[in-house]
Amino acid sequence: MEKFTKLSGIAAPLPLINVDTDMIIPKQFLKTIKRSGLGVNLFDEMRYDSAGQEIPDFVLNKPQYREAQILVAGENFGCGSSREHAPWAILDFGIRCVIAPSFADIFYNNCFKNGILPIALPQEQVDVLMKEAEKGANARVEVDLEAQTVSTSEGEVFSFAVDAFKKHCLLEGLDDIGLTLEKATAIDAFEAKAALARPWV
Amino acid sequence: MSPKTLYDKIWEAHLADEAEDGTCLLYIDRHLVHEVTSPQAFEGLRMAGRKVHAPDKTIAVPDHNVPTTLDRANAATMTEDSRIQVEALDKNARDFGIHYYPVSDVRQGIVHIVGPEQGWTLPGMTVVCGDSHTATHGAFGALAHGIGTSEVEHVLATQTLIQRKAKNMKVEITGKLRPGVTAKDITLSVIGETGTAGGTGHVIEYCGEAIRALSMEGRMTVCNMAIEGGARAGLIAPDETTFAYVMGRPHAPKGAQWEAALSWWKTLYSDPDAHWDKVVTLRGEDIAPVVTWGTSPEDVLPITATVPAPEDFTGGKVEAVRRSLDYMGLTPGQKLSEVEIDTVFIGSCTNGRIEDLRAAAAIVKGKKIAVKRAMVVPGSGLVRAQAEEEGLADIFIEAGFEWRLAGCSMCLAMNPDQLSPRERCAATSNRNFEGRQGRGGRTHLMSPAMAAAAAITGRLTDVREMM
Repeated sequence: MEKFTKLSGIAAPLPLINVDTDMIIPKQFLKTIKRSGLGVNLFDEMRYDSAGQEIPDFVLNKPQYREAQILVAGENFGCGSSREHAPWAILDFGIRCVIAPSFADIFYNNCFKNGILPIALPQEQVDVLMKEAEKGANARVEVDLEAQTVSTSEGEVFSFAVDAFKKHCLLEGLDDIGLTLEKATAIDAFEAKAALARPWV
Repeated sequence: MSPKTLYDKIWEAHLADEAEDGTCLLYIDRHLVHEVTSPQAFEGLRMAGRKVHAPDKTIAVPDHNVPTTLDRANAATMTEDSRIQVEALDKNARDFGIHYYPVSDVRQGIVHIVGPEQGWTLPGMTVVCGDSHTATHGAFGALAHGIGTSEVEHVLATQTLIQRKAKNMKVEITGKLRPGVTAKDITLSVIGETGTAGGTGHVIEYCGEAIRALSMEGRMTVCNMAIEGGARAGLIAPDETTFAYVMGRPHAPKGAQWEAALSWWKTLYSDPDAHWDKVVTLRGEDIAPVVTWGTSPEDVLPITATVPAPEDFTGGKVEAVRRSLDYMGLTPGQKLSEVEIDTVFIGSCTNGRIEDLRAAAAIVKGKKIAVKRAMVVPGSGLVRAQAEEEGLADIFIEAGFEWRLAGCSMCLAMNPDQLSPRERCAATSNRNFEGRQGRGGRTHLMSPAMAAAAAITGRLTDVREMM
């Protein structure tokens, strides 16, 4: 996994609530056995018409947002299915950070496994960032994971909360399976104990 | 000892490690696997030279992609990419030595129907699957939730999940349901009350007289949609209904082990003074047969209601409703019972069990469909066989329904069962998102009896008029 430390980039505004994982990556693209290559189909049904042509009004089709690395969206972002194809598509497009008032649990968790930082901020602060994002390439939003801050081009700074373990893994780009396997003794001990207590499992 | 919730008890019984910062390793008793969210996880194991830690606790079945037409043994019924995913699961199951129900096995079906049916899901267990509707298994008093593919790989490699404890939320349904009102109406009404983010960060325990009165099938329907309310897991404390369902299933404990299991299962309930972070109470008598009108499961109203207007809402929901109504082709003030339906889909992990088919067949019996197409997709090969034995299949076929083989089918439309743009569907599934059942398709969620009623009249219909 690629490390996430600091990011300074263009933020794309997507002022919709309840953006679900079917919107982020429709099911016809889940038939892959790879993790890469999904960026072109990110937000497919909002981004292309039924003939496969780009819909010019959709934010990521606008020239100023084609290189966006940050997405600013409405509450309950990523609700719906557990498909990790959603963060894979976001990452493959080039977005490393999503900012919203709230996230669905599974999506939120999946982001951290892929080097994407989801940031939950109060609605008023997201509103400020949404306005900032609407300036397109004229404004760059800065994200500092170590300091846990998001800064606007106007110099406003917002602090965000993040789980310490998740932050550590993201900063260092750590594979958490490797970390868990270091606790193999504890897992083995648990299994031995559980086999006695609940042998039917 | 301080009083505990059911969730607290299951959590504590599965805590394999707790770090100083509160990060926990939760031990996983059952890992269910399907073809769509697992190929990258198995590939990850291969690349790192890792094995499946507990193949005996890992159960795989293809369901999302598989065609449900009778000719599906013919490989040509599958698209190339779907076939590759199913073949990858065949190979991964073989290579890693996990339990497997291939497409050709009569026990094949939707993973959340097969698990309980085969007795893999038991009270007090931790169950995960790379699918958000894993919440279904909570009906047994098992802590069950969906995970992403990276976590699938983590569980395959370590049999644990890195977790932090969620909050406790109680959803109580008091009293009795009125005639025509089902488990689906309960679960949709709860989401209508809490919103799709109401359960975020929580594990929901459903309780109360109306929940106790439900069969296991009904309880699975309720827990299945906990995720649509934002909660990763929904739970119902096990009781005699649960034990009776589990007893004798192929992988349920037998003899002395059954007795030992039963005595532990009977301790699995929330203590009277347990702490709840959030409580929602609905009166069973107040719940009506409901349908969804928008593109979020929280967009739910009694069938007797009218389509709302964007101005009836506040905040970001105003724009969301405007977008929904445009997508759904509905006008504010329109009576829901006058909305005409093209297609009816009865099936899915929400409502593809035998009781669901019985409820639908009771409405359909002796009548003909008035929609362009209607299909029944049983949740498993065994549900299908039982429905045929009970004569339900004949009732559906005589009415004009297609009688399909088991799979996820038109719930998420990864196989050929899809809606066309603007095609309007009465569905017993769980999500009415834009494009969920096919690009531009319009989904109204409801109970099997309500979907059956819509099939007969050709419009959204109050099932109580047909009882």
